[in-house]
Amino acid sequence: MKIKANGNEVQIEREMTIFELLDVLNVSMKEYVTVQINGQIIPRSDYDKVTVKENDEIEFLYFMGGGLL
Amino acid sequence: MKLTDRQLERYSRHIILNEVGAKGQQKLLESKVLIIGTGGLGAPVAMYLAAAGVGTIGLVDFDAVELSNLQRQIIHFTNDVGKPKVISAKEKINQMNPDVEVVTYREMVNSSNIVDIIKDKDYDFIIDGTDNFPAKFLINDACVMLKKPFSHAGIIRFDGQTMTYVPGKGPCFRCIFQSPPPPDAVPTCRQAGVLGVMGGIIGTIQATEALKYLLGIGELLTGYILIYNALEMVFRKVKINKRESCEICGENPTINELIDYEQNQCDLKEKASN
Repeated sequence: MKIKANGNEVQIEREMTIFELLDVLNVSMKEYVTVQINGQIIPRSDYDKVTVKENDEIEFLYFMGGGLL
Repeated sequence: MKLTDRQLERYSRHIILNEVGAKGQQKLLESKVLIIGTGGLGAPVAMYLAAAGVGTIGLVDFDAVELSNLQRQIIHFTNDVGKPKVISAKEKINQMNPDVEVVTYREMVNSSNIVDIIKDKDYDFIIDGTDNFPAKFLINDACVMLKKPFSHAGIIRFDGQTMTYVPGKGPCFRCIFQSPPPPDAVPTCRQAGVLGVMGGIIGTIQATEALKYLLGIGELLTGYILIYNALEMVFRKVKINKRESCEICGENPTINELIDYEQNQCDLKEKASN
């Protein structure tokens, strides 16, 4: 299925939790990334509950400014 | 306050703009901006706001100028090494524009001084030009509590990002980032590095936001975060909504006092601002 990640179209096999998606897409700094889905910021504690669905628009937002990235 | 002949000439390229005019220029001369951090971001912000005739500029920085700062912190010169950054910056601003009153605070912001500093001149707009997350969260929380608009920014390597918080009008920094990363998450900040121009690009955007806010013109980066990568030369403006569960600006805030988060050891060693 098709999703959008940081503005780019990405194919993933199936619906999955944010937690799984971070792994599948090999997102850097997994522990500290903020995830926004369709304009909604997801609290970190919900990463294992919220599922990513077809056509979702996902933004990975990073801490910047202290040498983290 | 009426503009003098010299001011009419100095600011003529502003005054000719319909969106600014003599009235807008007078507004700028009566405005007060606090710049926290006089480093990679704060340096260009201070220089452009001073040149633009922002009447009062507050500078907060505890550090002294180091040789390794000069690659990006363009308000400081070679013979300033060893001098407190706020003094070095004040000297340049005074030379650049005598219309500007510079107020210096040679301090590190913390939960016990930040409110007094912001209230000292009742600053209209605050610039976060700091390089560490404890300070960034502190500035955010203090501005939310005091209902002050501010510009957040961060730069590292070839990346930068910035957003503008306006009370009651959009998300705050904590809406996005919730809480600082643990202090040991960063192995070495000296090793991360930053291309010198990053502070110029992102800092100049912060200065632009401050001027627009003070003049009441245009659309601010409120409800957006602007993310820039210099290698790909791509800007992305990402829409961000308020997080209702935000601990400071949400519906049921759980933070009612300012927090001093633990500083990274390497941040303490390399205290220099971005």
